[in-house]
Amino acid sequence: MKFAHLIWGNLTRKKLRTSLTLLSIIVAFVLFGLLCAVKQALAGGVEMAGADRLIVRHKVSIIQLLPESYKARMERIPGVDLAVHQTWFGGVYQDPKNFFMQNPVVIEEFLSMHPELILAPAQKKAWLETRTGAIIGRKTADRFKWKIGDKVPILSPIWGRRTWEFDLVGIYDGRDKGSDTTPMFFRYDYFDESREEGRGKGLVGWYTIRIKDPARAAEIAKLVDREFENSPAETKTEPEGAFAQGFAQQIGNITLIVAGILGAVFFTLLLVTGSTMAQTVRERFGELGVLKAIGFTNGQVLALVLAESCLLALLGGGIGLTAVWAFTARGDPTGGMLPLFYFRPSDVMLGVALCIALGLITGIFPALQAMRLRVADALRRM
Amino acid sequence: MAGPLNWFSQVGSITKFGLMSIPQRRGAVAATVIGIAGVVAVFVGVLSIAAGFKRAMTASGSPDAAIVLRSGSDSEMVSGFGRTETRVIADAPGVARNAQGPLSSAELFVIINLPKRSTGTDANVPLRGVEGAAMEVRDQLKISSGRMFSWGRNEVIVGAGAAREFAGLEIGSQIKVGWDTWPVVGIFSANGGIAESEIWTDAKVLQGAYNRGESYQSVYTRLASAGAFQQFKDSLTTNPQLNVKVIRQSDYYADQSQTLTRLITTLGYLIAFLMAVGAVFGALNTMYSAVAARTREIATLRALGFGSGAVVVALMIESLVLALLGGAVGAGISFAAFNNFHAATMNWQSFSQVTFAFAVTPHLLIQGVVWAASIGLIGGLFPAIRAARQPIAAALREL
Repeated sequence: MKFAHLIWGNLTRKKLRTSLTLLSIIVAFVLFGLLCAVKQALAGGVEMAGADRLIVRHKVSIIQLLPESYKARMERIPGVDLAVHQTWFGGVYQDPKNFFMQNPVVIEEFLSMHPELILAPAQKKAWLETRTGAIIGRKTADRFKWKIGDKVPILSPIWGRRTWEFDLVGIYDGRDKGSDTTPMFFRYDYFDESREEGRGKGLVGWYTIRIKDPARAAEIAKLVDREFENSPAETKTEPEGAFAQGFAQQIGNITLIVAGILGAVFFTLLLVTGSTMAQTVRERFGELGVLKAIGFTNGQVLALVLAESCLLALLGGGIGLTAVWAFTARGDPTGGMLPLFYFRPSDVMLGVALCIALGLITGIFPALQAMRLRVADALRRM
Repeated sequence: MAGPLNWFSQVGSITKFGLMSIPQRRGAVAATVIGIAGVVAVFVGVLSIAAGFKRAMTASGSPDAAIVLRSGSDSEMVSGFGRTETRVIADAPGVARNAQGPLSSAELFVIINLPKRSTGTDANVPLRGVEGAAMEVRDQLKISSGRMFSWGRNEVIVGAGAAREFAGLEIGSQIKVGWDTWPVVGIFSANGGIAESEIWTDAKVLQGAYNRGESYQSVYTRLASAGAFQQFKDSLTTNPQLNVKVIRQSDYYADQSQTLTRLITTLGYLIAFLMAVGAVFGALNTMYSAVAARTREIATLRALGFGSGAVVVALMIESLVLALLGGAVGAGISFAAFNNFHAATMNWQSFSQVTFAFAVTPHLLIQGVVWAASIGLIGGLFPAIRAARQPIAAALREL
């Protein structure tokens, strides 16, 4: 550490060049952070999935409904703890652009299945007492400035074309940062009674089942599907994570696209920073020779150059990552399109690792060159 | 005072001098060129996704074709009609006719799960039931291999895009719809349009398989002319028997593609802008070092009577040449890598997959090169000004 001032002095010698390099590193890490957050927004449901939860849907497609009576049959399967259904309501609040999900559920069992949704006990009680009651996630409540007691009119194009009015009795929060708090949930009994004849009374969208032992997920999924084999509504059961992943894959291979863009960005950056470092070292051959002449070891010279490049990368990366952190802390910048937009701590760690890698890779060749420098040759260049 | 001709020859000789010194600083120069190439490649690549998606959606509809949905529906998924309504629509004024009757096809739209080839995960593939005029109400639709399905039989034909992206849709293979298995008997193409993402069968067969009775979800019509749209629309919307919404096919698809196209375009510009900022810093670094390395030469030239304006212009040209080279490389890479790259994504309005090909359009390539040129000009300007402003005597002393 006693050479810290020397490293710092080297960095600040050509202030313009250092700040330009620094700025391009900052930009690259800002891009890295933003793309990670976008990827998280599009594909993040996968990590929030419960390991002990399976999704059961109609085998032909998710738009086909399953009988409500499947619940009891599923719960009889050994290893299944609880089966809970949801249905896609697909309603519109004022304008189709104001999209958020609304699903009818059976209150007690739904809340027991989803401990990641936090609802105050008093609000839960009110919900149990209000047939037309609905609860909404914090994000959507904030988005439309709704508060408890409001009446929310939602037009349903699917379940009989009319406007349904709901009483907002609760606002729930997410237990984890990545929880989706955009959907609205309302009561299934109200839904089933009020939907038009001929629109699937007694049928529901899909089931979530909780299993006692997550290790047996694949085996139980098979048991469930076998139970309904050769019935008019055959099922497809898969772990919640696999379901979410399959859903994200429908948008496209987001991870691949993000990795491709970041690859291009970092390759470019590597070249720019690398060539700057190489030039910096070349200009300093003379003084490096002097250092060696006064007794610096080869290893120390190597460390000096590497420390300089790593410091530069960490400084730039640190500023960039902090900027993204501050930006994403305010949540979804699009106002509803990307509800899970946030910068994961593990992505931050990956960013820091990338900083160090960048510093080492761009510094290593000039550093080796500096280390191998022969004192006599170096001094002659002065 | 030097005449303009002399000025040009000054610019020419300094530029030549600069360009010839490139081999001596090839590392830094290559970094700049590749940096700019990277910006252009990413920019063009990302925007080619949006351009390709839009092209697939808008290749689908012509202005003299219309789609009729139930009023208030923004997609076929949530629309619905009975048999009598679809008959009234087919007989409305403005609909083109041929020997078989009006060119109108009442259709059903559902989705089925099929695995995506690229990932093996299930995707919502659209399955459409059509009537006899379906081929005529769409543009450039033709069977490219195999044959058309037989009416009334459990057979399907598959769009070229769907056959490419999803597994199990080759001619001769079977798809499972509920209890039935339906053979694939043909592949059709639609000029890259959205219909290529779909699987088609007889509407009556699909109604049977899905217990839909005599109901339909949409009516596609070919109009007598593009001008007949208003007449057709007015007659339907004023008909008290109906409660419908009438849209030109071209407008319908343009509207459906809007959200995704806008999202990708915004992201593409944002990424490109940030990368361009980074590349400008890189270019500035290179040009500042280039100027620093040539301090003495430039001062000598100035002492010999070369104008400072000529120095600035020559250095800008040098930077521009490097940037354009980078831009050309980037545009070339993106064209080779992304043009016609096949993919499929979700159309949220219909909750189903759309297959499309990335489109690297000439417009995008030109935009990419313009970006490159801007990076080069900004990256060259400040170093050039610094070079021109250096006091000659001081610079010459730096020996």
